[in-house]
Amino acid sequence: MSTRQPYDGIVIAAPVTIPYRRYSTNTAHWWVGRAVREVLQRAGLKSADIDGLSLSSFTVGPDTAVGLTQHLGLSPRWLDHVPLGGASGVVALRRAARAVQCGDAEFVVCVAGDTNQVDSFRRMLSTFSRFAQDAVYPYGSGGPNSGFALITRNYMKHYGATREDFGKICVAQRDNALKFPYALMKKPLTLDEYLGARAISDPIHLFDCVMPCAGAEAFLVCREDVAKGQGMPAARLLATIERHNAFPDDPIQYRGGWVMDVPELYAMAGVTADDVDFVQTYDDYPVICMMQMEDLGFCAKGEGPDFVRSHTLTADGSFPHNVSGGQLSVGQAGAAGGFLGLVEAVRQVTGESLGAAVPDAKIGLVSGFGMITYDRGLASGAALLAGGNA
Amino acid sequence: MASSNLATFAGAIAQGDIAVVDLTHTLTPEFPTIVMPPELGQCAPFRMEEVSRYDERGGAWYWNNISMGEHTGTHFDAPVHWISGKDLPHNSVDTIPPGDFIAPAVVIDISKQSAKNSDYELTVADIEAWEKQHGRIPSRNWVLLRTDWSKRSGREYVNMQEDGQHTPGPCPKAVRFLVEERDVHGLGTETIGTDAGQAFHFNPPYPAHYYMHGKGRYGLQCLTNLDLLPPTGAVILAAPLKIRRGSGSPLRVLALVPRSAA
Amino acid sequence: MTEPLVRPKRKNPLKKTRVPLLPQGVRSRTALGLTEAAAEGRFRLQVCADCAAVIYPPRDACPRCLSARLPFRDVDNRGTLLAETTIRTSTDVYFRERMPWRIGTVQLDAGPSIVAHLHGDLREGERTRLALKLDKSGQAIAMALPAEDTPNMADDPQWRELTCDPKFRRVLITDGRTAVGQALAEACSKAGASVVFVGIADPWKPFPGEEKLRKLERVEIVALDLTDTISVNECAGEYAPRVDILINTAEYVRTGGIIERKGLTVAREELEVRYFGLTRLAQSFGPVLRARGADGVNSAAAFVNLLSVYALANWPAYGAFSATEAACLSAAQSLRAELRPGGVKVLNVFFGPLETEWYQAVPPPKVAPSALANATVRALQQGLEDVFVGDIAEDIRARLAVSPKALERELGS
Repeated sequence: MSTRQPYDGIVIAAPVTIPYRRYSTNTAHWWVGRAVREVLQRAGLKSADIDGLSLSSFTVGPDTAVGLTQHLGLSPRWLDHVPLGGASGVVALRRAARAVQCGDAEFVVCVAGDTNQVDSFRRMLSTFSRFAQDAVYPYGSGGPNSGFALITRNYMKHYGATREDFGKICVAQRDNALKFPYALMKKPLTLDEYLGARAISDPIHLFDCVMPCAGAEAFLVCREDVAKGQGMPAARLLATIERHNAFPDDPIQYRGGWVMDVPELYAMAGVTADDVDFVQTYDDYPVICMMQMEDLGFCAKGEGPDFVRSHTLTADGSFPHNVSGGQLSVGQAGAAGGFLGLVEAVRQVTGESLGAAVPDAKIGLVSGFGMITYDRGLASGAALLAGGNA
Repeated sequence: MASSNLATFAGAIAQGDIAVVDLTHTLTPEFPTIVMPPELGQCAPFRMEEVSRYDERGGAWYWNNISMGEHTGTHFDAPVHWISGKDLPHNSVDTIPPGDFIAPAVVIDISKQSAKNSDYELTVADIEAWEKQHGRIPSRNWVLLRTDWSKRSGREYVNMQEDGQHTPGPCPKAVRFLVEERDVHGLGTETIGTDAGQAFHFNPPYPAHYYMHGKGRYGLQCLTNLDLLPPTGAVILAAPLKIRRGSGSPLRVLALVPRSAA
Repeated sequence: MTEPLVRPKRKNPLKKTRVPLLPQGVRSRTALGLTEAAAEGRFRLQVCADCAAVIYPPRDACPRCLSARLPFRDVDNRGTLLAETTIRTSTDVYFRERMPWRIGTVQLDAGPSIVAHLHGDLREGERTRLALKLDKSGQAIAMALPAEDTPNMADDPQWRELTCDPKFRRVLITDGRTAVGQALAEACSKAGASVVFVGIADPWKPFPGEEKLRKLERVEIVALDLTDTISVNECAGEYAPRVDILINTAEYVRTGGIIERKGLTVAREELEVRYFGLTRLAQSFGPVLRARGADGVNSAAAFVNLLSVYALANWPAYGAFSATEAACLSAAQSLRAELRPGGVKVLNVFFGPLETEWYQAVPPPKVAPSALANATVRALQQGLEDVFVGDIAEDIRARLAVSPKALERELGS
């Protein structure tokens, strides 16, 4: 049984996606500014109403969140900067929820935005972390592709996953993405095309990789009664977990920090994995999706490949997964990639989906994973959201 | 002497009635220097470092810094060079009376003997034979020893063997004869050193240095073009750099040769 | 199995010479402990002085006990290759033109997992030996080698990128008059150098060993006088584009301290031969070496300095000599930084007294010229940056590490 305080009365509203672009000549500040403005518009609030801000961005440097308050003309009394990559969304949400719950802030805008200028991805890779600089980037400079290639290779060897299994995940996400207006990938993807794509860093091939792009995502955290007062549809927060640097003695990553905390996630929410209507995993590479299916309790460790084989993964399938297409098909807009699944989950449970809607979606599970500073992703987190009637 | 004589002299040079023969080797880094056992001090070879060449080190001009020993290339030996001349008056290049830098010369040709025998030693008999043909060597004349050694280069020029250098030069008696009986101005050679290559083993060692400098006379070494000079009648201009207490110096050696004699 | 290297064809004069590029050379200060180990060919990682945990990547706090006492120590380099990948796309221009490139995750028996470059003869799941090497940027990287040596393993392209192997390279030995110069000519010829140019100053001066030197296979005598700027420039003008490894064998050994020496004639000569000689070589050959750091199989690879170990600590019996050697060491450090943009290594080979006439009165142990030559070639084959040859050199280095002051007093007594 969880001893943690529930997030009673805390909701997530005004889910915002600023349509992604492959490359942008604009700065991260521009993208973040657009997203905050749209949250305000959707919520019917003015800048002066915003008393909490949480920022996630890789490319906003040399600024941090406090620099952005001046840049955007906000005067919050609660401020957070969440540099956790793919775990940013869940982590920003759970911190903001507590702030609102405790009265430290009334309206917290959580925003993630990054630009993608022609050379910014390369420059980010070489300086991503001290360990990356000392012990990864000089090794072929393959970026996350080569790091995840090693993880994928090891996983395939140990658990018998095949490229076809990963391909099934990617193809299903593409199917979902074809209905999502903001997805950068607009062409259908077949399994044959997936299998025939060029190798990037064996066994990672082209369609295993996300496309770096520019974009922003945001949402508003506030009390349920306040949201109702503003007439905003909102998702309730049932439970969250967060863990960093789990299992440091695993010689190579085959599980994430979720394993340590997932019983508590469901206990706190008072639901089981069976109650979950759709899952938004962090999909920087399909092997990580498969690991999350295991580590979030949908199947046992090592059963990921079979689980994928025995399910349909589209929004209307037996296991609706990354229902707007995920980063693999929508694009990875830096830290906004850590918000993408969460923002879409809010839309799904509030019935505001822009694309493929999961039928009767009441409870969604959102997972975050990020920061491969050396040989493995360090940050993991997950949240359970529910629509108004769940 | 009337000044008109000098004008006549200058005119003769201008018209080519007097030929100016350059007896000097070009100063180059490759030109060999005297070799001492490696643990002893060595004569520095000629070296040249560019200071600028119309470039960022000096925009419109070209010049070099040069360095060398006093006894590098074609050079002059002053009496102070040798221990036997160390206490003589006017024994260094800066104090030698400037008139001594111009003197007539006789040329003794031992090139045939030297070609056969690298260690050929000029003897008193050689000198007497020369005098029979050309007359007695007048007082205060340079004696230039033609060996054609300057036509050699590299290893053949230095001719260094395991037991030292093998190059021709005068025997001790011949030097004494020249200094004491003929009062010569100095000895000039084509080889590295006025002495023979093996003169370390003579008695005294290095007699040309010992006797010449002991008597306040001079040496010229590493000369070239001696084959262009007449046996008698040439005048040598050999003025070393004015180095304070200098023992010698590289210099330009010129011979004035009347056309009739050439 | 590694395909044996084929002798490179003559260069197509119409083909542009590749500009040398470097892999990223930025490292944290702590990670430079790996660079230090790699420079000498050691395999060292941080080992916690409090809990004995072996740590990688380099850290400033022990992840097991938070101790800050994390010295680099020799560690068992054996492990298992858990997973490998062949990188085919890189954002980095250096690796882009060297694709495909294999890396893998090695679990060391000693504990940590290390992402490493992979030798071509190593396969996933196999046992491996890890080596720390200096890459073209001059920084340490780990390379996983087969557990046992394999045929032609030095010819592996990823390995050769890290070494300065004389095989099929063109070597210039700057002074062939010395016993060390002659031994090196022989050693380089034996190591498969395609040509060994041997510099001889004052060709009019005969020297011992000349006949044997001239008979060595693939040895070519060239005119080179390190004390003469013009000679060095002319030699570079003729040969620099064909020199891949330059080994400066110029030596000038004389006894005596600073006071004992009368005047500067000997000191000047010493500096002319050693310090200015090195300077002349650097100025005339350096720019061409630096431009040719990525010029194919026989790219420019190394500038080698043979330095007395007394460059590190003055031995007053050879005091002025030691000072000159120290000047050369300092110049070599600058040269290292200056040649790095070309990916050209500066190898410093430190040696104790040699079995040559100039150390006649020095009691053993002494280093045979052939031993020095062989150690130098081995260091090139291993891609090292600092090598200590002989018992005295090792001894001085060890004592220097303990107490420079104690060493100064002991050498001076």
